[in-house]
Amino acid sequence: MGIPATLLPPRWILGFALALLGARLRAQDIQVPPPPFTEGIFPCSACHDGKTLKVNPVRRELQGMHADIQLQHGPASRWCLDCHDPQDRDRLHLASGEKISFKVSYELCGQCHGEKLRDWRAGVHGKRTGSWNGPKQYLLCVNCHNPHSPHFQALKPMPPPVRPEAIQARRGGAL
Amino acid sequence: MTCPHPPEGPEPGRRRFLGAATTAMGAALATLAGCGRDQVEAFLQHNFRELTPDELRDTVARLEREARSKYGKEIHIGTEPALPGVLFGYALDLSRCIGCRRCAKACVKENNQSRGPQIEWIRVLQMDKEQGVDVTHADPYYDPELVPQEGHFYMPVQCHQCRNAPCTKVCPVGATWQERDGVVVVDYNWCIGCRYCMAACPYGARRFNWGEPGLPAEEVNPDTHYLGNRPRPKGVVEKCTYCIQRVRKGRYPACVEICPTGSRKFGNLADPASEIRYILEHKRVFIFKEELNTKPKFFYFYGV
Amino acid sequence: MGTPRAWTRFAKDSLGHILVGNRLYYAWVGFLVLLIAVGTAAYLGQLRDGLVVTHMRDQVSWGFYIGNFTFLVGVAAAAIMLVIPAYVYDWEPIREITVLGEVLAISALVMCLCFVLVDIGRPDRFWHILPLVGRLNFPTSLLAWDVIVLNAYLLLNWFVVTYLIYCSYTRRHYVKALVLPLVLASIPMAVSIHTVTAFLFNGLAARPFWNSAILAPRFLASAFCSGPAILLVLLQILRKVTSLRIKDEAIFKVAELMAYTMGFTLFLTAAEVFKEFYSGTQHLMYTRYLWFGLKGHHALVPFAWASAACGLAAFLLLLIPRTRRHWPTLNLGCALIYASVYIEKGMGLIIPGLTPDPLGEIYVYTPSRTEILVALGIFGVGFLAFTLMLKVAVPIILGETTVDGRQAGRAVGPP
Repeated sequence: MGIPATLLPPRWILGFALALLGARLRAQDIQVPPPPFTEGIFPCSACHDGKTLKVNPVRRELQGMHADIQLQHGPASRWCLDCHDPQDRDRLHLASGEKISFKVSYELCGQCHGEKLRDWRAGVHGKRTGSWNGPKQYLLCVNCHNPHSPHFQALKPMPPPVRPEAIQARRGGAL
Repeated sequence: MTCPHPPEGPEPGRRRFLGAATTAMGAALATLAGCGRDQVEAFLQHNFRELTPDELRDTVARLEREARSKYGKEIHIGTEPALPGVLFGYALDLSRCIGCRRCAKACVKENNQSRGPQIEWIRVLQMDKEQGVDVTHADPYYDPELVPQEGHFYMPVQCHQCRNAPCTKVCPVGATWQERDGVVVVDYNWCIGCRYCMAACPYGARRFNWGEPGLPAEEVNPDTHYLGNRPRPKGVVEKCTYCIQRVRKGRYPACVEICPTGSRKFGNLADPASEIRYILEHKRVFIFKEELNTKPKFFYFYGV
Repeated sequence: MGTPRAWTRFAKDSLGHILVGNRLYYAWVGFLVLLIAVGTAAYLGQLRDGLVVTHMRDQVSWGFYIGNFTFLVGVAAAAIMLVIPAYVYDWEPIREITVLGEVLAISALVMCLCFVLVDIGRPDRFWHILPLVGRLNFPTSLLAWDVIVLNAYLLLNWFVVTYLIYCSYTRRHYVKALVLPLVLASIPMAVSIHTVTAFLFNGLAARPFWNSAILAPRFLASAFCSGPAILLVLLQILRKVTSLRIKDEAIFKVAELMAYTMGFTLFLTAAEVFKEFYSGTQHLMYTRYLWFGLKGHHALVPFAWASAACGLAAFLLLLIPRTRRHWPTLNLGCALIYASVYIEKGMGLIIPGLTPDPLGEIYVYTPSRTEILVALGIFGVGFLAFTLMLKVAVPIILGETTVDGRQAGRAVGPP
């Protein structure tokens, strides 16, 4: 159709509107708990205010603060600022540069783990509670997978069942 | 599904007459013999499917009384019927189960299973990844420090609520049947304990109360269903009922809720938007002992 | 046909026979009563504590009780081994002992019912299995079929025997038109009780060891040799302790028929073994467990080979006329057949059918003390029933006891 270009809204408004719409669609019907931050670590901007600490975009092994974080996630070329936004440390960033809240961090995980995200949305990946015929409560990816070292941790198993040979008659009836 | 549907209302004619006659006889017997009226009514109680609504109400009241005197605790025995348009299905992700057994233990707590002699409706098998699903080398008694163990995978087994159930076919007294929502149930007050159903089950899913169930009063879950997790007597068969006391109220079974890896999925097969249908449509699903044509409603899949 | 006076005299005379006997009789009955008392005490313990006092568990949920039940159904069915030649082929010597065969069938059936009663977890709910009053899942459940055919066969045998004995007692000839159809009907009925019992194992796809088409023929073949084995020994005892005359020829003929049925049983066993070992599927594990052991568990292996060896030896002893017609080897053959089939029905059928369990677990089942004592008590009941029935029947068959006290000729068969 021939709509004059001058009547269309500026591109940045369109982009912003689409981002908002996308975020709304993405967040629709998905009830998740708040992000499981370590005590006192958030907001990150308390230290990373852009003034006292300069942004150092060079990939390196961290010394001092955050040195305790074991980064075992994906290829060796991955590092912190691939996910944490350099300018706004209170948010994460997608590959497009779009910044997202920690509350919807699954959007970031889903960029590489698209099938998992799709399954997670359907309720098939990971633990999801609630009602089978009603509202459901999801978990964030990071509730089970440490984003820095996401491999699911082994658990101590609960005791094995009693062997049939060990089942004996009890005297005195019910406990 | 070709299973017979249980009658919804009271059965007319002969059974009602016999029921009334036996109730009257029972009352007379109780007076004559001087035994508790409850004991006589318990002896004469008919199959769940044949009880009128009044008889059912009296039976439930009697069972709640018995439980109160045995455990010193009020328990509620529900008789919720199947929700319409529902057929329950279950899926278990073999690529994600780590064999932690939390499902088996949560089931014990939720369903009032005997602690001694021990009964666990869910049995988790440890098998070798190299040999695949082959029960000849399965080990249910594994006990390492941490799970999952390298080279092994874990396969929990419980009642599959088969559509073509071999167990309901063989019961001589009709004490076990498939409900409209697909759950295979046992009437613990009608079962005679012949264990033919146990011989018939290809999944080893049924358990027998060899002795008086040992259930500590403080661990009794008071929220029960007549066909599900109410405390059972000695000498009867029991098994997983997909937590009928929960699912008929919209909740998930206890095993689904507790699984830390989210390997267990449950829902309504009749609802195209359910997660169980998503799994059947998008994942590699297989049926345990499929060649036996039991048509179970329990599916194993590989989520990864 | 009889007056109340005749019936009361019959009851009185019967009671008289039961209560009066020689020292051997008292010793035997006393021993059986002791067995029953021991069994009852053990059973009361089982009632109190539950079936946990047995060694059956979820993994092996049927055991010694059902093994004995299965064996005894075969014994009961074998009564027709004597009926077929007697009435179908009109063979004189066997007719006299047909009644005794049916008495054995009744005793065996009584034991069968007892074994079922002690095996179920809720004997107080036994009435649930009655049609009309309870809820019998007929025709879908094979156990429901078994309830019907076993009781029908019991009633039939009991009626025919009582009628024939009572006719002898009142010195009347029995009405052939009444008895012959019933006796002929008992042939398919006897086949039916063992076929239905075989089918109740056979129909379970969950148990590949039982889910084999030749299970029912195997049941019938082994029943037809084990039932008469017991009877032949009992007949020789009866010949010694009573004045009952039984021709040697009758005994040898039955022994010959037993040889053929044992041969057929061995053939069917070999067929089963071939199929499992040659095809070598996963289902082989049950047969392998029985004959060679599995994963270090060898409990059943000696029994499997012993059963086969006894069966083969018995087959040869009864096939070869010289050993068949020689009393010591004949009786040895009978004992070997009994042992072979008894082991095969218990350890060779029930346990390997359930071991390994559907999830591959091997639980080694051996009967507990309670199970053995209860079983002994039930055998006491069966032997006592057999003894008491014979104590009444034999003098009547011999014509020594009649309603009016006069000696009668032996009139068990038709005129």
